[in-house]
Amino acid sequence: MTLDIIAIYATIVLLVIGAIFTFVAAIGLLKLDDSMTRLHAPTKAATVGIGAFLLASMAHSFVLGEPSFHELLILAFLFVTAPISANFIAKVNMHKRACETPPAPKHDAMWSTFDVPHADRDAQSEAAK
Amino acid sequence: MSFALDLMNWMLIAGFAVLSVSQLMAMVRLVIGPDTGDRILALDTMVLNAIGLIVLLGVAQGTRVYFEVTLIVAMLGFVSTVALARFVLRGDIIE
Repeated sequence: MTLDIIAIYATIVLLVIGAIFTFVAAIGLLKLDDSMTRLHAPTKAATVGIGAFLLASMAHSFVLGEPSFHELLILAFLFVTAPISANFIAKVNMHKRACETPPAPKHDAMWSTFDVPHADRDAQSEAAK
Repeated sequence: MSFALDLMNWMLIAGFAVLSVSQLMAMVRLVIGPDTGDRILALDTMVLNAIGLIVLLGVAQGTRVYFEVTLIVAMLGFVSTVALARFVLRGDIIE
């Protein structure tokens, strides 16, 4: 009985936390005014929001009387992959010159993100002729 | 007890509403996004919000059948984001 009450209130609190974070992420995605700043909002806040929803689902399984921790798997997957996809989107922004380019590297000619793949070099020099 | 259950049901409805509004806002960014990166980011956010909606559906119906659905949507979302970004970056997904 007591565990039920605790689980229900934990579900409520986690649902509220998840809703707040997801909404903040959506507002940030819509209102921020630069590609790179827009990248901040959904990749961090939305991940935390969905994590709170998954934890709420886990707390709700205690209310149902059949406790399970399966959601931790999805949680771990989301938290591992969110920085990777954010890094890829940041590289797309740099590639598209949608942001300030970072200062040149010390030992190489250019950042590898701006480099042309080997297979395309011939085609590029052909087009330049 | 019943007060807490009522409050939980109301919070579930509020969560559904907030996630739907967030999905619509991400959709607006998907349409107006001035650059390719913004569109990929909006798609990534929409996948995250869809995961949240499926999780809330599982909580509302009190079943555990949506666990696999959530896992597969999460994996597909990550792979599609990386595939789109790699296509923009390299002109090819698997070189």
